[in-house]
Amino acid sequence: MKREEFTILESTAVPLPLANIDTDQIIPARFLSATVREGFGEKLFRDWRFDGEGKPIPGFVLNRPEFRGEILITGSNFGCGSSREHAVWAITGHGFRAVVSDSFADIFMNNALNNGLLTVTVTPEFLAQLTELVAARPGTMLRIDLPEQVISVPGAGLSSGFPVNPFRKECLIRGLDNIDYLLSMKDEILAFEKSRQS
Amino acid sequence: MSGKTLFDRIWDAHVVRSVTGGPDVLYIDRHYIHEVTSPQAFSGLRERGISVLRPGRTIATADHNIPTLNQHLPIADPVSRNQVETLEENCRTGGIKYFGMGDPGNGIVHVTGPEQGYTLPGMTIVCGDSHTSTHGAFGTIAFGIGTSEVEMVLATQCLLQSRPKQMRITVKGKLREGVTSKDLILYIIASLGTGGATGYFVEYAGEAVRRLSMESRMTVCNMSIEMGARGGLIAPDEVTFNWLAQIPSVSENREFARLVHEWHSLRSDRGAHFDREVTFDASEVPPMITYGTSPGMGMAVDGTIPTPEESASSAQSASGSYLKSLDYMGFKPGMRLLGHPIDYVFLGSCTNGRIEDLRLFTEAVAGKKKAAGVTALIVPGSQQVARQAEREGLTETLRLAGFEMRQPGCSSCLAMNEDKIPAGKYAVSTSNRNFEGRQGPGARTLLAGPLVAAAAAITGRITDPRELNWLQ
Ligand code: SF4
Repeated sequence: MKREEFTILESTAVPLPLANIDTDQIIPARFLSATVREGFGEKLFRDWRFDGEGKPIPGFVLNRPEFRGEILITGSNFGCGSSREHAVWAITGHGFRAVVSDSFADIFMNNALNNGLLTVTVTPEFLAQLTELVAARPGTMLRIDLPEQVISVPGAGLSSGFPVNPFRKECLIRGLDNIDYLLSMKDEILAFEKSRQS
Repeated sequence: MSGKTLFDRIWDAHVVRSVTGGPDVLYIDRHYIHEVTSPQAFSGLRERGISVLRPGRTIATADHNIPTLNQHLPIADPVSRNQVETLEENCRTGGIKYFGMGDPGNGIVHVTGPEQGYTLPGMTIVCGDSHTSTHGAFGTIAFGIGTSEVEMVLATQCLLQSRPKQMRITVKGKLREGVTSKDLILYIIASLGTGGATGYFVEYAGEAVRRLSMESRMTVCNMSIEMGARGGLIAPDEVTFNWLAQIPSVSENREFARLVHEWHSLRSDRGAHFDREVTFDASEVPPMITYGTSPGMGMAVDGTIPTPEESASSAQSASGSYLKSLDYMGFKPGMRLLGHPIDYVFLGSCTNGRIEDLRLFTEAVAGKKKAAGVTALIVPGSQQVARQAEREGLTETLRLAGFEMRQPGCSSCLAMNEDKIPAGKYAVSTSNRNFEGRQGPGARTLLAGPLVAAAAAITGRITDPRELNWLQ
């Protein structure tokens, strides 16, 4: 199945500079009983975003009209905890296409890339600069160039490279799906099974 | 020649193809599934018009959503019921073995898999669940995956995986009296930090690890993920083989003796290279408790909550996350927790819901009475654990001490069912995560081992289990 291709993303960003944001915060367990992939975007950061009665909590960044965009800027070890892919579906369901941090939990990163959500890993120093800038100047345009592997703030002369596994990068840019890739290897997989039986 | 690690040995034997500049195509021997992370994977297969490639390699259980009371009745919540029924239906059409609620083989996926002999040394094992690392206790490469990857395994029995870096954690010496394997792993996580092992697969080694029972080894491997590790594993030995020999379906296999012989080679070569080596001294490990909202925020049960400057993770304090976390818990830096009143105790989960945990807890509370103000949830990890607890008289001893045994499931560990801790209440929990709201919106979780939980249940306060005469 073909996905949306990811090449260059130009967007404003939303800063959420907390460390160790776990997937229980991104999407609390009580919303995991659904059997479809849709509908999680409204529940993104549910308990930080809304109070017990479902009213928006004014200070929380997603409730502040000045912060909008397809890029989420966050803190270290983002996406730790539960392997729930629902966390990624909540983030993409809300409209984000990239998350920037100085480190991501492994399973989260795999889940993100499998859903076309780009994880951009930068240095702690660059992350601090970027967060400060965006927090001080909401509406700042960011540019993420995946083919060149560069994230920049054109208006502020700030830019940094970021690493991506070459195979993953190719899949994102061409919108390829890993399951299709594995399915195309079926004969090789069957031969492998056979070789182990002997 | 530097030799191979145990991890390399298992990994190399499962590589179907190496993709240049990319991940390996890794063959998966055993796939566990549960109701929460699998439905979208099955719908993916249907959309593609394909079926499960090797149904015999996948085992299913319902655990996350199910109630721990009245399991003979249908699940009351319609959304949860639908999810469990969807799993049942997917297994029926896919030809997958399913242990539904109330089945003698039902329980938490990481408890039932090993006890039924589906987890064996040398295997690659995955499940759409981060605590799949538990199975590494048997000398397997076991790790959690997301739903897209569940779909990959169902479709092709393979995954695309990059080889992680490797870390060895050696624990020298012996654990002291009154200190459990849960204390050991909380201690390790507090030292390394919640992201301390991100990108690594961990091998646990050393005298203290060798001395652990299989149940205790599972507790240690289970929580590897809480320091960011992909998984953790322990080389199999006589402890492993004797444990497996107790399982009829394993020992009755005519190949068992040959397999055990082969499994002896599952170890890291002398001089094998690890990207990082860390050593701990078991005799320094105290009974532990956590005071914050990440599993790395742990300390000795009689310790003092560190200031942000003293806290292990500087990233945490720098961003204000540390104080936000203490604030959520209603604690302050410099505070001691000994004597702090608590409201709930939860004994259970894939970390501490095994028979050994029930034995430890029961022994500690035997002949005493549960504190009046404490609500205790005692939830066995599986039907088999529940039956054994009954046979050994643990259930009765617990009843006399004022505790009621629930039916198995994940329960209060993630509170998807009705076993929620109310907002603002303190729970001493033997589970693995103290995240904000993990045990219910606003719930305050203090992670600990079964002995600290037992001491809290009896006194209604945070208590050092060593101070109580029952351990003399
Ligand atoms: S007991 Fe808790 S950690 Fe273990 S599988 Fe269930 S929900 Fe996950």
